[in-house]
Amino acid sequence: MNILRRLYLAIFAIYLIGPIIVITAVSFNEKRFLAFPPRGFSFRWYAEIFVANDWFAALMNSLVIALAAATLSVLIALPVAYTAWRYGLRYARALFGLGIAPFILPPVIMALGFLLLFTSTGFHGLMINVIIAHAIFLLALPLVTISLGLESVDKSLIEASQTMGASNAVVFRTVILPIAAPFAFAGFAFCFVLSLNEYIIALMTVGFTVETLPVKIFNALRYGYSPVIASIAVVFLLINITVFSLIARFSNLTRILGAQD
Amino acid sequence: MQEGTRLTRSIGLIPSSVMIGIFFMVPFVLILLTSVSVPTADGDYQLGFSLEHFDRFASWFYIERALFSAGLCALIALLSLLIAFPFTYMLTQFGPRSQTVWLIYILAQLSLSEVLIAFSWQILLSRTGGIANILVWVGLAEKSFSMAPSAGAVLAALVYLAVPFSVLLLYPALSRLDRSLTEAARTLGASPLRTFFTVVVPVTRPAIISGGVTIFVLTLGAIIVPQVLGKPEHWTLSVLITDQAIFNFNMPFASALAVVLLVISASVIYGVTKFFGGKS
Repeated sequence: MNILRRLYLAIFAIYLIGPIIVITAVSFNEKRFLAFPPRGFSFRWYAEIFVANDWFAALMNSLVIALAAATLSVLIALPVAYTAWRYGLRYARALFGLGIAPFILPPVIMALGFLLLFTSTGFHGLMINVIIAHAIFLLALPLVTISLGLESVDKSLIEASQTMGASNAVVFRTVILPIAAPFAFAGFAFCFVLSLNEYIIALMTVGFTVETLPVKIFNALRYGYSPVIASIAVVFLLINITVFSLIARFSNLTRILGAQD
Repeated sequence: MQEGTRLTRSIGLIPSSVMIGIFFMVPFVLILLTSVSVPTADGDYQLGFSLEHFDRFASWFYIERALFSAGLCALIALLSLLIAFPFTYMLTQFGPRSQTVWLIYILAQLSLSEVLIAFSWQILLSRTGGIANILVWVGLAEKSFSMAPSAGAVLAALVYLAVPFSVLLLYPALSRLDRSLTEAARTLGASPLRTFFTVVVPVTRPAIISGGVTIFVLTLGAIIVPQVLGKPEHWTLSVLITDQAIFNFNMPFASALAVVLLVISASVIYGVTKFFGGKS
């Protein structure tokens, strides 16, 4: 039984990580054509991301959009999650449910909706469009993580500080924020990573004016193989791993993902 | 007094309400309105009510595409759950430290853009850099060959895309599984395998069902894999919507297809949870 278990685990691990290892190996290829096992060893396709102007511009676009979208998303989510938790307002809870919905729908539907909105109002192609679109599309993530964080605040702590004369603002700053902040950070980080990797909404809102990295990769894919894509995949995976490690370090990852304490 | 505080509490919600209202509700309404719009003489469209775009959908070509999409995604949901379930069960029995390490990796891979997953499978299935080379090396094939584009390639890459999601969808239920249940079954003499199938699987059934539905909707939204690894006859509804909106500039028909996609997703979510009693 134990052998069977280990065998299954090994196969699963190979299945999950194998393709990633192949990309990593290919990204160190010396030649421009695709070869696995790789021929030669070089970092030139990593240097290319920063040297080639178009790849670097796309990377910067993606980073700016992801940072702004994640910030905006947390700012929209915070009052909703807070009022729903603190006062249990029915309106706040309805808003909460509405904020979750875009993330559950197939993304192409939201993408088409944004395209229609921005073309019919004449604002098509601005970078702010994709920032707002991502913030709304990913709103579910900060909503869920922040309310998870708020649920772990002991309400008797709030009562205690209020009896001692603390105002609402002081209670928020000294009691609620320190406990909920790591979860808000987790929401921010989830948003950041998913915005960085998002393709269809970026294409439909600003695809022809502001090229994000996933859009640029797909455009490059159509003209055939480019080894830079392999190095970008590795860089993206490293960014993702770093961000999620930070969440695990400063917040409670297993709890966010639904395990009990 | 009570009314006053309720008002002040609600004021803080105004910016969020405006954002959600304008950027979620309005786009949604726009899709519905555009899907029933009337064409004008100069090739544009205007507000009105006509079902001609749905009429166009009701041809065998598009119905076949819709059925293909639904069938493909149902198969993917099934396969990815089968692959992920035993692993997730074992994962929840690991120590907290290695659980966290695995979860970080799975999250990192799950967040990887669909574009990059499609790219990596393009490499894996190519003639010069992929699995075919291994087959030659083992002696199963004469000479290397390309395995994409094909329906199998689309299926393989989409299952690969869905497995990390399946793990995370099953994780809450399996990690909250009452250990005394499995222990009781073991003390009463059931083998680990028997415990797994007669205790673990039935107890987590709601999570399996809602996980399957979520994977179905998720892969229904896949855009890139069918384009990169499939032929046009493997394109799903989402690809057709993108194609109509971006390359044919036919917003009314794209909207009509989006409404169809929405109806399929919603009825599957509703039907399966109603029929099998999964949790919503």
